[in-house]
Amino acid sequence: MDEEIIAEIEKDYIFDLIQKGTRSDERNLEEYRDINIETNYVKKADGSAKVSLGDTKVVTGVKMETGEPFEDTPDQGVLITNAELNAMASPVYEPGPPGKEATEISRVVDRGIRESEAIDLKSLCIEEGEEVWMVFVDVHVIDQGGNLFDVSMISAISALLTAEIPYEQYDKDPEATSLNINTIPVSCTALKCGNGIIYDPTYIEERIGETRLTVITDSSENIVGMQKGLGGSWTQEEIKEVVKTSTQKGKEIRKTIKSSI
Amino acid sequence: MVKVEKPDEFIDEEGKRVDGRDLNELRPVKIEANVLNRADGSCYIELGDNKIYAAVYGPREVHPRHLQEPDRAIVRYKYSMAPFSVSDRKRPGPGRRSKEISKVSEEALESAIFLEKYPKSVIDVFVEIVESAAGTRTTSLTAASVACADAGIPMRDLIASCASGKIDEEIVLDLNEPEDNHGDADVPVAMMPRTEDITLLQMDGDLTAEEIDEAIDLAKEGCKQLYEEQKNALKSKYGGK
Repeated sequence: MDEEIIAEIEKDYIFDLIQKGTRSDERNLEEYRDINIETNYVKKADGSAKVSLGDTKVVTGVKMETGEPFEDTPDQGVLITNAELNAMASPVYEPGPPGKEATEISRVVDRGIRESEAIDLKSLCIEEGEEVWMVFVDVHVIDQGGNLFDVSMISAISALLTAEIPYEQYDKDPEATSLNINTIPVSCTALKCGNGIIYDPTYIEERIGETRLTVITDSSENIVGMQKGLGGSWTQEEIKEVVKTSTQKGKEIRKTIKSSI
Repeated sequence: MVKVEKPDEFIDEEGKRVDGRDLNELRPVKIEANVLNRADGSCYIELGDNKIYAAVYGPREVHPRHLQEPDRAIVRYKYSMAPFSVSDRKRPGPGRRSKEISKVSEEALESAIFLEKYPKSVIDVFVEIVESAAGTRTTSLTAASVACADAGIPMRDLIASCASGKIDEEIVLDLNEPEDNHGDADVPVAMMPRTEDITLLQMDGDLTAEEIDEAIDLAKEGCKQLYEEQKNALKSKYGGK
């Protein structure tokens, strides 16, 4: 069982509404659901955030420890992003190691943080070639209400923004390194349904979408990552439109993040 | 490595524990039913610093089919800890500890459910420890049974669960982290409070037969207090007095 069965009549209804420029929850096509961010939620983590976006709920924890750098980047800290689609999040998820969907989410979130240079990995070097800080970002989806890319990105960056390096725990000089978050990468996911392009899709809307595009922008409105998903295709004109709208929406989401932490 | 330090004394002259509690006092508890949208039933619980979600799906069709029982439902209980829930990051995936806890919890929970009403089906219970602070297996069970009730699964009773233990020669209720790590014994108990039937019992440490009796008595008192909180959580969601 890898996909839920949704009645054709419900799919048709949602599809028809989108063609008319509206949605079953009365949002306009570009409108996001309410975002709720709670940070420093897990005391044992070095940074954490519980984020809900409409019916979707994600908990992210950041843990830092010291370790050896990779051989090709001896003067840089290590960033490892994981996403887990917990079996409690949806009737079709099963316990086990991350599958394709979870891996794609963790890769896209990782790309947003890495390519925007939100973390200056060089600043996480303790001793070149010997010891660096390793930053683990674990994204746990506990309620799958759709648009996991955007909510995972919001929770990952919110957890990082409030994270503190555990110097004392590892007996390290707090002056030497820091976790300065320079920019706030935000992703916006668009879904094409017939003649309509919608943002922040619910999980039912995702079932009727033909194709998907996620655009990640940073605080300076640079585009730092993109990911096309699902079958189907986009025209170049549509992509231009999505990039423009995503940049605008990203700005609004970034404002929400800033005011919540 | 973060080590939870062993205090010089677990109980001070006034009979208070390191976190200021009395010997027979639970940590502050908060229970909320129906917190997730997709699951058939769910519950969020905090006990001290423990933060746990429980979700229930079912009764539903069993996959793989050979696990089906012709005359009753099966229960699958999955206890899992988030990597950031503990002091030193835990590698994702179930270890031997999680598997054992899942098994005994499954057995503790299923004794409360009218399994015979749902032949050939499965009730899936998923527990996620978001923050762990001693007593996760018992606190998870307390949440899981509220999630089952929230899912509308017919039950003989809720399962309430907490631990008692021994520190500084005293039997105490609901061990915190230093007590759990450095105490003399830990006795997790789960029961159906209405009949006081015990459905989970483990012990590690060193106790006399009399002390075990005392520990179970105390854990029962804790379970009864949690039972009231469980009922309140369900009532505040669904009304009733």
